[in-house]
Amino acid sequence: MSIVTVQLGQCGNQIGHEVFSALCSDIRGTHGLCSKKENESYHDSCMERFFCEEESGVPVARAVLVDMEPKAISQTLSMAARSGHWKYSSHSHFCQKQGSGNNWANGYSVHGPRHKEAIMNLVQKEAEKCDRLGGFFTIMSMAGGTGSGLGAFVTQCLRDAFPASFILNHVIWPYGTGEVIVQNYNSVLTLSHLYQSSDALLVHENDVIHKICAQLMNIKQISFRDVNQVIAHQLGSVFQPTHTGGEGSGYSRNPLGDLMETLVPHPEFKLLGLRNIPQMPENSLAYSTFSWPGLIKHLRQMLIANAKMEEGIDWQVRPPHPGSSIPSTNKPLHFNTSVANLVILRGKDVHSVDLGSFQDPALYTSWLNPQDAFSAWKTPRAFNKYEKSASLVSNSQFLLKPLDSIVGKAWNMFASKAYLHQYTKFGIQEEDFLDCFTTLEQVISSYTNL
Amino acid sequence: MTQSVVVQVGQCGNQVGCRFWDLALREHAAVNKKGIYDEALSSFFRNVDTRSGGNGPDIYKGKICSLKARALLIDMEEGVVNEILQGPLRDVFDSKQLITDVSGSGNNWAVGHKIYGCQYRENIVEKLRKTAEHCDCLQCFFIIHSMGGGTGSGLGTFVLNLLEEEFPEVYRFVTSVYPSGEDDVITSPYNSVLAMKELNEHADCVLPIENESLFEIVNKIHQMISSGKLGSTVKQNSLVTSSAGSSKTIQEKPFDAMNNIVANLLLNLTSSARFEGSLNMDLNEISMNLVPFPRLHYLVSSLTPLYTLADVNVPSRRLDQMFSDAFSRDHQLIQADPKHSLYLACALLVRGNVQVSDLRRNIERLKPSLHFVSWNQEGWKTGLCSVPPVGHSHSLLALANNTCVKPTFIELKDRFMKLYKKKAHLHHYLQIDGMEQSCFSEAISSLSDLIEEYNELDATKGGPRIDPSRLKIAV
Repeated sequence: MSIVTVQLGQCGNQIGHEVFSALCSDIRGTHGLCSKKENESYHDSCMERFFCEEESGVPVARAVLVDMEPKAISQTLSMAARSGHWKYSSHSHFCQKQGSGNNWANGYSVHGPRHKEAIMNLVQKEAEKCDRLGGFFTIMSMAGGTGSGLGAFVTQCLRDAFPASFILNHVIWPYGTGEVIVQNYNSVLTLSHLYQSSDALLVHENDVIHKICAQLMNIKQISFRDVNQVIAHQLGSVFQPTHTGGEGSGYSRNPLGDLMETLVPHPEFKLLGLRNIPQMPENSLAYSTFSWPGLIKHLRQMLIANAKMEEGIDWQVRPPHPGSSIPSTNKPLHFNTSVANLVILRGKDVHSVDLGSFQDPALYTSWLNPQDAFSAWKTPRAFNKYEKSASLVSNSQFLLKPLDSIVGKAWNMFASKAYLHQYTKFGIQEEDFLDCFTTLEQVISSYTNL
Repeated sequence: MTQSVVVQVGQCGNQVGCRFWDLALREHAAVNKKGIYDEALSSFFRNVDTRSGGNGPDIYKGKICSLKARALLIDMEEGVVNEILQGPLRDVFDSKQLITDVSGSGNNWAVGHKIYGCQYRENIVEKLRKTAEHCDCLQCFFIIHSMGGGTGSGLGTFVLNLLEEEFPEVYRFVTSVYPSGEDDVITSPYNSVLAMKELNEHADCVLPIENESLFEIVNKIHQMISSGKLGSTVKQNSLVTSSAGSSKTIQEKPFDAMNNIVANLLLNLTSSARFEGSLNMDLNEISMNLVPFPRLHYLVSSLTPLYTLADVNVPSRRLDQMFSDAFSRDHQLIQADPKHSLYLACALLVRGNVQVSDLRRNIERLKPSLHFVSWNQEGWKTGLCSVPPVGHSHSLLALANNTCVKPTFIELKDRFMKLYKKKAHLHHYLQIDGMEQSCFSEAISSLSDLIEEYNELDATKGGPRIDPSRLKIAV
């Protein structure tokens, strides 16, 4: 099944480019550590999911590029074409001349309706190119105006036009100390709207990825390109073909569906966090060896202690004693309770790995069996030159604090009525804000009470 | 890509404007090596085939034929505009883009606003329409004028009004040069306050500039160069005051260095809209992020570095110094000290080889020493543009919505009241058709209200931070 990617705004387009680059370079690589047949099967599965074959032989990404001003898209298109290994279709982008001005209301209420037909036409065309449509993957930031506002509108349109398809929104959370002053307003408006139409929100926080770049990747002068490449690696580790049905089964034919089934049992809980280990600069890979037990132990503690990366994990945090029924308010502080978890393992000796520690009922809320709450996908084909790579996609309290922080700051600003005139002039009124705050406070409450 | 139109009014406006066009050409010449008319150029220039007498349609692609500035030059005296038209930039301006008269406004806002406004209204509207028609997607009008005189101040604000009426969707950025205390025009306080009312009501963003600050910066640079303290030589064309490499070959006029600073301000402001970068910052984003309440749209600007040294490798310490300088008192373009006042919002637009980590590091470093209003503690808007200005490897423009503008306004009000109490020179204004005492009282009242708004915000500074209680959800 194929996934159609919709890249929205400058961030969405810049990241989208890195994602396709990473996927393409991974399948072209010779580091698979598996049989030629396995490698070919992997290659074909990835191609079916993300690329289209053209006569020229250069794979064409199954993507629609949308932005309200031309600079980011034209850069993205030319960078892809220059690589020589893949490209975007020349007819799959839509842009306008004047951006959304970081104004969610402008993106949602003005640009959305105005350009709905043109954008949905492009999406329809891409969808038709797929033999079987597996769903949509949208990439956007929530701080700006286009990715956030127009992105929320487009997600709604996708839901209306394709009611049976899966929609996964990849959302970038901005740096806490500001890239955009009204980012908290834009974030609140985006998240509350996406919650209605999307199946799940897969989140990356700029602050976290920045730390990974600084501390793990040893990059001195970190650029957005560096950040985006780490994000692309993490996404690749989730989206490249996997065996979801256990040893011997073929690659999953329904990646988005499988993801939703394992991770989103309840519509109130849609926030997914992503952790991937190990992460290191490419030139260190040859000198490092990892053991699966070590990786799994770290990953589990990262889950429990809500650590953002494999350094600086708090090993003191322990799950509550199993067997005793502890109301959520008495659970140990800093302990991260999960709704559902998915571990994806890629590389050498994958099938020998014991993941029992992830099935500990103490990790989860009480309303699901741990067998249902936890899934593992194992694939012997190594990913992106890492001999062993483990990813955790978690529907848990990972994002509770960041969400609470964003809502708090937005509320603080809202109480003083600052910047509201910029939104009301495009049709988003105070009541609309209040509705969004209510929705998110509800989400915060639900996750808090896990 | 969008286009912007520059409307330069009065002597000051036109002199600054002239420097702007000169430096804009220099900047694009440095970036655009192939002579192809590209989108970046189109934001400020039209590409015209002059063989058909300039009446042919604009050329949107291909080689550059003849560039024409998207500008309107207005002055009620002919001297300045004539000089521009005889100078090296004469071919950049379309003769149909000029509106001039002979006798000037006599440093009288009322003459500029009421008499000439009325007289030239249709002419101005028609010419504005023409320039707008040549634009594919007009985003912004830049008005450049001074506040203290008659034409720039009076007719300039009349045009501002007109722009709001005729083009309500297009942003209006106003660069206003405020008179200094020792201004030789006695009635400059009247003109300025009357103009302020218009700026309060009709501008989207105002960038106030004070000649004193420009003068101090120019002096500082001269001192640095002549003191010979620096081991290496300063790159001449990197001076924020320099016209080196542009069309001017003749001896620079006294105000040229100061005007170049303002011209560079405008170039840096629009750089991220014209050139690519990893985090673009368009003009509508500036207005969106820096104006929390409609009337508080006065932005204090600072440009760094003022010059670069000839050595190419820039250690990050120097980069960090650039950020520190942007917040220091002597780099601001008005006499203000933002560090000791209250920030409502702050924007940093970086050009050149600077990455997001440099930006983050410096924001973290500088934040503790700055006071932000309680509801905008992390109020930073950032932009990264890949193309540096001519002669630099990187540069920074800081725009602050900060209560430090208040003293400028208070001083203005005081100077106004000194004259007004005695009714000095009032008759020159009141004898103009359409002017009444109420114009003055409304104007001063508008200024007082603005000062009061800043006062209220200042009162919250340093006080206890009480976050409003959040919505409660029934579990």
